Amino acid sequence: MGQGMAKSLGPVKRKFSPWTDPSAVPFIRFENITKRYGDFTAVDNLTLDIYEREFFSLLGPSGCGKTTLMRMLAGFEEPTEGRILLQGKDISGVPPYRRPTNMMFQSYALFPHMTVEKNIAFGLEQDGLSKVEIAARVEEMLKLVKLEPFARRKPAQLSGGQRQRVALARSLAKRPKVLLLDEPLGALDRKLREETQFELMDIQTNLGLTFLIVTHDQEEAMTVSDRIAVMDKGVIMQVATPAEIYEAPNSRYVADFIGDINIFEGTVSSTESALGAPGAVRIDCDGITVAVEQECQAVKGDRVTFAIRPEKVRISPDQPSDTSVNAVYGEVWDIGYLGDFSIFLVKLADDRIVRAAQANVSRLVDRPITFGDMVWLTWPLDAGLVLTR
Amino acid sequence: MASVSETHAANKPGPARWLVVLVPYFWLLLFFAGPFLIILKISLSDTAIAMPPYVPVFQGAIGDFISRLDFENYLFLTEDPLYIRSYLSSLRIALISTLLLLLIGYPMALAMARAPSSLRPTLVMLVILPFWTSFLIRVYAWIGILKPDGLLTLLFQTIGLMGPNEQVQIFRTDIAVFIGIVYSYLPFMVLPLYSALEKMDNTLLEAASDLGCPPLKAFWKITFPLSLPGVVAGSLICFIPITGEFVIPDLLGGADTLMIGKTLWTEFFGNRDWPLASAVAVILLILLVVPIAIFQNQQKKVA
Repeated sequence: MGQGMAKSLGPVKRKFSPWTDPSAVPFIRFENITKRYGDFTAVDNLTLDIYEREFFSLLGPSGCGKTTLMRMLAGFEEPTEGRILLQGKDISGVPPYRRPTNMMFQSYALFPHMTVEKNIAFGLEQDGLSKVEIAARVEEMLKLVKLEPFARRKPAQLSGGQRQRVALARSLAKRPKVLLLDEPLGALDRKLREETQFELMDIQTNLGLTFLIVTHDQEEAMTVSDRIAVMDKGVIMQVATPAEIYEAPNSRYVADFIGDINIFEGTVSSTESALGAPGAVRIDCDGITVAVEQECQAVKGDRVTFAIRPEKVRISPDQPSDTSVNAVYGEVWDIGYLGDFSIFLVKLADDRIVRAAQANVSRLVDRPITFGDMVWLTWPLDAGLVLTR
Repeated sequence: MASVSETHAANKPGPARWLVVLVPYFWLLLFFAGPFLIILKISLSDTAIAMPPYVPVFQGAIGDFISRLDFENYLFLTEDPLYIRSYLSSLRIALISTLLLLLIGYPMALAMARAPSSLRPTLVMLVILPFWTSFLIRVYAWIGILKPDGLLTLLFQTIGLMGPNEQVQIFRTDIAVFIGIVYSYLPFMVLPLYSALEKMDNTLLEAASDLGCPPLKAFWKITFPLSLPGVVAGSLICFIPITGEFVIPDLLGGADTLMIGKTLWTEFFGNRDWPLASAVAVILLILLVVPIAIFQNQQKKVA
């Protein structure tokens, strides 16, 4: 490892946003990629740019085409249409064993007849490195994943977490330009998974590599990524930073997929300045009037979706001063205690359920609000979202 | 603690469990150890014109009985080069046949394992299909194919590979024996290989390729080593019975095809020398215990 590279930036996300720079050249470019299996279209005319040193996530439910996209980059599948550019070069038709990408498989795919050492050395041996170089690199990798005492073990003699580390070391050993991670932490328990997520981020930053990770776990994607592409049915719904994806989803699908959210259908009743704020929208959602301070294309009479995250909804037994807008009244129907948070399910008079989350800041066991209480839910003008698709 | 004692209780063999364990041992005792001891005893006896055709026969006086047993027959096996040549020839034929079986069976098993999973049961069925006809009849059928005026000659003449007066001259040669053996034992080679290859995780090959290993090299580095238990199992399942094979060399082989099974048959039925035939059998068994031990060892390593 070069000394220059080894500067530890810690778990704090660096300021890094090449995608906002129009002159930046993408490291990987998926250009109008379509992949069909018979009648089934796994990936549908997809275009995506990934930049050097980016930690990029493909997030989506199973069957959304994210794994197919990654396998096309690794070379295990060829796109039906379109092309993939790596550093500006078309890599169509290049077999996997000649691509400068390495993959960490979901099943780890460790060679069961080889020791940990041999597994890690496998890729290096293919490059024809000298024995001394290989031994040095293997040692470095073992140190990186903290598996030095297990070098002579076979994969069957390791725990799940250790196997995952071997797989990571093996895929990193060749210093690939792009490391592909296919659901890399799926088989680990929660605690270990969180630990490993931060380790992955450290490794990625320290080695200065480009990581592309496929996952269906939104928390994982949010934690590790510089940017996330949310996929559904072979198309990308949104590409953005985790914060943007969470706070400013561009569609109902993304809003619903990431995190918990309350969704109301409604009709735009006015786009004039509501409550004096410029660029606000007033929406009538079957008797609930909401106002949102948001620039949007919707005009009066449009059907839109209003969405608001539970943690942005205030819950209180006291009636607010203005109940005409951004306020609903209902009965506490259920409480989900999550430890750090409690989720209140409030049933309105018309049986609609609104969720509100409240941080449990004190250790009070007797909560002031409990089952059957009548409560007011309110939210500020900038808390909700208007989604037009 | 509770769970520990429960596990102990579950592991303690009850009477029903003992019964299950004992049945195969009893079977082996009755049908393997028993007959073997009888053969061993006969091999230490002398030929006699009597019924049974050997002496001594156990009649109550145990000291006298044992004192009349000797290793004369084993000594004779080393004196007449026929027997040593038979053993060596058998081992040679078994070895070559096993290699041929591997060469033919491995690609077959690999193709089967890589075939679409919907097709695999049919392919396995096709490999097993010959068992629906008696082994003996199938070997006889080869006579019809291989004899000088047989189907093979007819085929070659028809497609113009041979003139009308030429004939295929392989019947009653070692080549015919190899053809018969490879044909008969192929399923025993293919099935263990297939089961080893079919279990293999395909992503291992993807991983190898991903790490820069081209397909042919990946075969030798990943597929082949992982299929070794199948190779060992298939080879031993074929090698052991081929060594003692009698029917195929007798029906397809020539007068000069030496195999220990044939020699044994001749001693037993032709010369009516039961003690010598028994000695031949005992030596054969000892010869084959070695590969069986290797096999067992390999199995243990896998487990």
